[in-house]
Amino acid sequence: MTEVPLKHDLGGSPRFRCTPVEPDDDAPPNDFDKRVDAVRSVLRDKKLFTVDEMRLNIERLHETEYFGLTYYEKWLRSVVAVMVAKGVVSWEDLA
Amino acid sequence: MAGEPTAESIALLEKLVAALKRRGIMTEEDIQARVASADRASPETGARMVARAWTDPAYRELLLRDGTAAAEAMGVRMAGAPPLGVLEDKPDLHHLVVCTLCSCYPRAVLGYPPHWYKSAAYRARAVREPRAVLAEFGTALPPGVKVRVVDSTADYRWMVLPMRPAGTEGWTEDRLATLVTRDHLVGVSLPALQGATQAA
Repeated sequence: MTEVPLKHDLGGSPRFRCTPVEPDDDAPPNDFDKRVDAVRSVLRDKKLFTVDEMRLNIERLHETEYFGLTYYEKWLRSVVAVMVAKGVVSWEDLA
Repeated sequence: MAGEPTAESIALLEKLVAALKRRGIMTEEDIQARVASADRASPETGARMVARAWTDPAYRELLLRDGTAAAEAMGVRMAGAPPLGVLEDKPDLHHLVVCTLCSCYPRAVLGYPPHWYKSAAYRARAVREPRAVLAEFGTALPPGVKVRVVDSTADYRWMVLPMRPAGTEGWTEDRLATLVTRDHLVGVSLPALQGATQAA
């Protein structure tokens, strides 16, 4: 049985072999992006959120979301998942 | 990917922030202070570190031995950030940094990562065909130069120390720093004097 790499394990992936890297894509982060990053940073310093928790909960996203959401939308999904799992906030808060 | 968040994502963020504020975990001032701090971080910091390493052998030794300490010596707050390693380019060796699993990037010394660094194409191809990726950035290495691709991770971040361009003898540290850009610190291009070729 051939081992299928996980979706985030992109090193050497032939799927993107013919996709050029677009060096001109240099847009700065928008306000949403900066705010997500800032919330993550405060939670990290309060010992409520580690980089490994962030990574794991991004890697757990369904492939549709993993390749469909913007970069910082994925971060937000990860922060939310961890904060709910730890009981810091509830789903009712976010409904 | 780059792009605008959906209305659903914006609403989710504001609900999360409101709940975190209600529970006394953060204030709006906390958030704004972090935004301001992240905005201040820029590749100019990494450029200053490189320029100092080009002119100060003791700092160069520190930079290569302990990138985190070298950043702190420039006044950068590294608390909470993963360790920073610095990769020394040589006449026959060039370094290229990627994060194949995600997007790990030394934000404290380079600022926000560009979108292309986080793109699936860069992550997939940098380790498979680095010279082709370099060519897309207009960088052609002489055939004798080896390329070493280094994967940044959640636990360790990398930055490149490029070679000092020829023709800059006698330049001050400040002037040298103006030659160094984000792309040089990631390794997708090489610092050069204006008008000189990238491969020179």
